Amino acid sequence: MNLLILGANSDVGYATARLFAERERANVYLASRNMDLLEKKATDIAIRHQIKATPLFFDATDYDTHQLFYTNLEIKPDIVVLCFGILGNQEDAQKNVSHAREVIDTNFTGALSILEVIAEDFEKRGHGVIIGISSVAGLRGRQSNYIYGAAKGALSTYLSGLRNRLAKRGVHVVTVLPGFINTKMTDGMDLPEKLTATPDQVALDIHKAFQKKKNIIYTRWFWKWIMLIIRGIPETIFKRLSL
Amino acid sequence: MDHARAVNILADGEKMNIESWGRYPKTTGEGYSFETVKTLAAHLEKNNMFIPYGMGRSYGDSALNEKVILTRRYDKLIQFDPEQGIVICESGVTLDELIRIFLKKGWFLSVTPGTKFVTVGGAIASDVHGKNHHKAGCFSNSVLWFDLMLPDGRIVRCDREKNRDLFLATAGGMGLTGIILTAAIKLKPVKSAYIRETVVRCNNLKDAFEKFEIHEDATYSVAWIDCLSKGKAKGRSVLMAGENASTGAIDLPRKRTVSIPLDLPSFCLNSFSVKCFNHLYYMKSPQYTENRLTPLDTFFYPLDAIGHWNRIYGKKGFTQYQMVLPKASSFEGLDLILDKISSAGMGSFLAVLKLFGPQNDNYLSFPMEGYTLALDFKIQSRLFAFLDHLDDIVTDYGGRIYLTKDVRMSPDTFKKGYPAWDTFSALRQHYGMNQKFQSLQSKRIGV
Ligand SMILES: Cc1cc2nc3c(=O)[nH]c(=O)nc-3n(C[C@H](O)[C@H](O)[C@H](O)COP(=O)(O)OP(=O)(O)OC[C@H]3O[C@@H](n4cnc5c(N)ncnc54)[C@H](O)[C@@H]3O)c2cc1C
Ligand SMILES: NC(=O)c1ccc[n+]([C@@H]2O[C@H](COP(=O)([O-])OP(=O)(O)OC[C@H]3O[C@@H](n4cnc5c(N)ncnc54)[C@H](OP(=O)(O)O)[C@@H]3O)[C@@H](O)[C@H]2O)c1
Repeated sequence: MNLLILGANSDVGYATARLFAERERANVYLASRNMDLLEKKATDIAIRHQIKATPLFFDATDYDTHQLFYTNLEIKPDIVVLCFGILGNQEDAQKNVSHAREVIDTNFTGALSILEVIAEDFEKRGHGVIIGISSVAGLRGRQSNYIYGAAKGALSTYLSGLRNRLAKRGVHVVTVLPGFINTKMTDGMDLPEKLTATPDQVALDIHKAFQKKKNIIYTRWFWKWIMLIIRGIPETIFKRLSL
Repeated sequence: MDHARAVNILADGEKMNIESWGRYPKTTGEGYSFETVKTLAAHLEKNNMFIPYGMGRSYGDSALNEKVILTRRYDKLIQFDPEQGIVICESGVTLDELIRIFLKKGWFLSVTPGTKFVTVGGAIASDVHGKNHHKAGCFSNSVLWFDLMLPDGRIVRCDREKNRDLFLATAGGMGLTGIILTAAIKLKPVKSAYIRETVVRCNNLKDAFEKFEIHEDATYSVAWIDCLSKGKAKGRSVLMAGENASTGAIDLPRKRTVSIPLDLPSFCLNSFSVKCFNHLYYMKSPQYTENRLTPLDTFFYPLDAIGHWNRIYGKKGFTQYQMVLPKASSFEGLDLILDKISSAGMGSFLAVLKLFGPQNDNYLSFPMEGYTLALDFKIQSRLFAFLDHLDDIVTDYGGRIYLTKDVRMSPDTFKKGYPAWDTFSALRQHYGMNQKFQSLQSKRIGV
């Protein structure tokens, strides 16, 4: 089995790569921008689990390179996990459309661009699993991060459409909706400890979703119920809350 | 931010609570982590006065300071030689990870402390010892070389020939010479994940000493000792000796772990409950059992099965007092110390006795040939005065206190116990390490 992790320097992506190498004996392609780190991580995983791990340069916002990036993969992947993303800075994004675009381009347009290339191949082969990491932030806009949320909301919608399209071709698409995760993305933020997952926990949930062919998962599971409540609040009340 | 999260996050000077295993003292400070040497060098350039922090399994204040370098994210394996059993890895890798990866391939640690939740960096910096010290020496014995980042960001490779002074100072040097980056470690070939264990009850201290000598050829040996028993039973112990088994599976059985969810009120642990525990433990142990097949995990890391067991000592925390006396004066000194402990009634849950082999050349490594005793005390009034008193006995008999457990020893006790301290101190000055690396402990003991 071959696994491609897009944005493999993400803490969640790295944990997922390690887990699939261990549990599925998968060979892994680690694709991201910071090559210094990526090379070390690839060597590490290869020694730990005696599989093949290959570091690759990949920039989500350099759309023109995506086709070539995929064509150059000698052995095509069976599973793709899309992990890259940036949280950005909400205030900055409000004032500065170029920063807002960065958030949208990375989280949404970049994802779309590479996934279309991969979907085309998977569709042809009639085989493959695409796992996209979106966010519960995309389920309802909140003042504190609605630009990031909008990008993630778009990604979730995109993934559901892709699932609909590919389901008939034997290709499975999983949407992962994490709540809080303790990673470098949330570094310095004061997250409620009981609601915050570790990257390893998220990786375990992703692996379970893969095995059980789930369509949409929340990670940790209780976010499903938290979001049910949050989404159930009538807009007239919701708009007055400071969330 | 709490300590459990602090150890593996990516931090760039954020304020966090920092504590070690004894949970005393509780401090706040700035945490700095790194994944590449470039980031680390930048941290060192910007700020003064750091101490490295690995898994925080030291008991006292040797890994504490206003600024700490968190090493846990620097945790990659770099190379493994399956013929020689040599692993090259970054210093934030834990011994637990090494066991999980390499045991099933037939390799185990040559030297391991009583918990596997320590980093390779921490094991080198404390030059830890295990149940086979009398045979295998300290952890540094299994280290072929390591790379050290000096105060100016320079990286030097140290072994027993190249940069020998830096090797001798850093192994056992409590993080005061720089940041250990990568290390080459020689593993030990094993045929099984089990130990053949022999358990012997010893009626008193004298009996325990005799049994240690009888079992001096055993690869592993350690004794649990009841510090509160008096009279003829003073120093009664249970000695455990072991050999790596040649039968039994090479994979460890999966074990459930339990965790202490919160601080227990401190009255839970008093001299009465400790006495009861000790009594039961002693009585439960067989008079003599030979060659019982015990999983590695149970033999080496009995406490690791209980997460956060340090919480049983309550909010105020606890300390471990570990001392060693030269062999010739061990019996007399320990006999006296046991008297003091039982008459003070400041009992210890777990007291451990072991016979060390010869000491090595490292400037600040703890072990010397003789008996070592380690006891836990919850933080309470009069404790430090009492321990000062024990220090005097230890010093009089030519012994020393283990730095990685210490949180209160005086500069005088330190200097008497570690005669090479001035060589160490001079080296720190020479390399400008005293301008860059410092812990609460180093300030207290004046090094
Ligand atoms: C249950 C238990 C049992 C134990 N049993 C034993 C035993 O049998 N034998 C024994 O010898 N010890 C024992 N210890 C002590 C423990 O092994 C040591 O304190 C060890 O150093 C802890 O490693 P750490 O990674 O947690 O380091 P920390 O506690 O984080 O740091 C310890 C010291 O190492 C330094 N350090 C850490 N990383 C680096 C680095 N990369 N470069 C330079 N310096 C560094 C720190 O500055 C500090 O001075 C035990 C501890 C516990 C909790
Ligand atoms: N952390 C949370 O609380 C949380 C909550 C909900 C959802 N999520 C989502 O979960 C996913 C993983 O998050 P994480 O917390 O693991 O993130 P992370 O540790 O911050 O890592 C994100 C990674 O994305 C990569 N990246 C960013 N821009 C890129 C680009 N243009 N091209 C290629 N790679 C790029 C970066 O790789 P390089 O280092 O190589 O540049 C970075 O390491 C993200 O999609 C995130 O939005 C996270």
